[in-house]
Amino acid sequence: MHVLLDSLAMIALCYVMGFLFQGFYRQFNARLQRRWGPSIWQNLYDNMKFLLKSETLIHGPMFFFGPMIIAAGAITTLLFVPFLKDSDWLQGVSTHGNLILIIYLLVVGPLGNALAVGSSGNPFGVMGVTRGLTRLMGLEVPFFLGLALVMLQHETTSVHAIMAAQDGIAHWNLITNPIAFAVILLPFIASQNASPFDVVGAPVEVYAGPRVEFGGRLLGVLMTQNMMMTIAKLVLVVDLFLGGASNVLELIAKAFALFLLTTAISAAFPRLKTEQTVDFFWKVPLGLAVLGVVLNVWLI
Amino acid sequence: MYHKSDCEGFQCEQRMLEANLGQDDAGLGVVERLIGWLRQRSLFVLAYGTGCGAIEMRPLMTSRFDAERFGIIGAATPRQADVLVISGYLAVKTLKRVIRSYEQMQEPKYVIALGSCTINGGMYWDSYNTIKCLDHYIPVDMYINGCMPRPEALIEGFTALQERIRRGEPGGYQRYRDNIDWYKANQRRVFGDNMPPAYTYDWYSEGAT
Ligand code: SF4
Repeated sequence: MHVLLDSLAMIALCYVMGFLFQGFYRQFNARLQRRWGPSIWQNLYDNMKFLLKSETLIHGPMFFFGPMIIAAGAITTLLFVPFLKDSDWLQGVSTHGNLILIIYLLVVGPLGNALAVGSSGNPFGVMGVTRGLTRLMGLEVPFFLGLALVMLQHETTSVHAIMAAQDGIAHWNLITNPIAFAVILLPFIASQNASPFDVVGAPVEVYAGPRVEFGGRLLGVLMTQNMMMTIAKLVLVVDLFLGGASNVLELIAKAFALFLLTTAISAAFPRLKTEQTVDFFWKVPLGLAVLGVVLNVWLI
Repeated sequence: MYHKSDCEGFQCEQRMLEANLGQDDAGLGVVERLIGWLRQRSLFVLAYGTGCGAIEMRPLMTSRFDAERFGIIGAATPRQADVLVISGYLAVKTLKRVIRSYEQMQEPKYVIALGSCTINGGMYWDSYNTIKCLDHYIPVDMYINGCMPRPEALIEGFTALQERIRRGEPGGYQRYRDNIDWYKANQRRVFGDNMPPAYTYDWYSEGAT
């Protein structure tokens, strides 16, 4: 019973934070472009509107199950990420999982995408998915090496233990292991699908990329899972590098600080090409990661 | 309404516009009102830009007039759009594409027509290959007149449409569904043998949602 209530609370918190953060993101971008921008609730309105629309497209069962797989993947991921430390609440089922499981779950989304879009047969969608999988090739290795660095440093795969080890700002992994944070930051932006690595949805370039065939309710489901996934990943990085949070306000403050950093980076840089993205990931973050592993394993 | 002592010209129009604003929805439940309110706050626009009026969509969407503050934003594909903006005259050939795009949009969907060309043919009224009254082929929810209408006029039109959506008035898509045979007969008259194949619209007659 407790687990059920707790999971529902986590999903609700994630959803609310998701649309507020993304609403902030749109407003922030608008102000940078010297315009007023939408209200901060805009993403809620958009999402609700899509969930209330009709859905008349038929592309076979996989087209329908794809978004469900992605959404299920997002919800499972966020339930395995502990939101608070030293608390009974907002834990989901995180005590039964660890970082390695979360790494596996992160890949469910792109896979579901590929399945759904493949069955729709739209060339723009397929193009978007191809770009996404190419980018995934670039970002996965440094991202996971960065996570591995953290696991190496604390010699555990449990997110709880890593959080517990960072008591006080001087013990945050951001301070004690800055190389791991530097390694993870750019792949993290890419996995949030933000500029300069937004080659998948690439507005104007490939229309909506993987989402090109979705309209109505299925698009609403995709938007919902996207908002929740954004928050789940933010919270994961907060847990690993910013020492977690002991209450909801602290969590929101830390996640927001991180979000502000990534939005500032993505507002400043224009989109790279797909091959430039992969090149970049294989050079800079991966080079740093290898350096970090060498430092961690042989020198310290 | 148009009485000389009361108001004159555009004042009357202004008054008619404003008269709608205060009017409350008749017999709508709380849920419908909420749904209508959510819907009007978020309009994804598919701008069909082959007429000259399309040039006014760019300042509307970008920093100068910033339609995003009303929740109006461009959509990538017809499937994701709520509003189809027809930006002016339509040749018979483009009309076919417009109808195809319109039928792919998910309900509820609305059509905004810009300029006199969509109302009565405008300066193309005796052209051999443009249509004259768009409303005979797809249901138009809102006309914005002018040749061409300025972005301010477009904003006015969009807010009037939002007002109608909020009040839960039946949109043009219901008219299209109810009178599908009439619309298809009109379309067949201009297309002749070039009619889009039946499978593109047969789900309309089956009443699918
Ligand atoms: S109404 Fe005027 S501006 Fe609009 S399409 Fe016709 S001629 Fe062009």
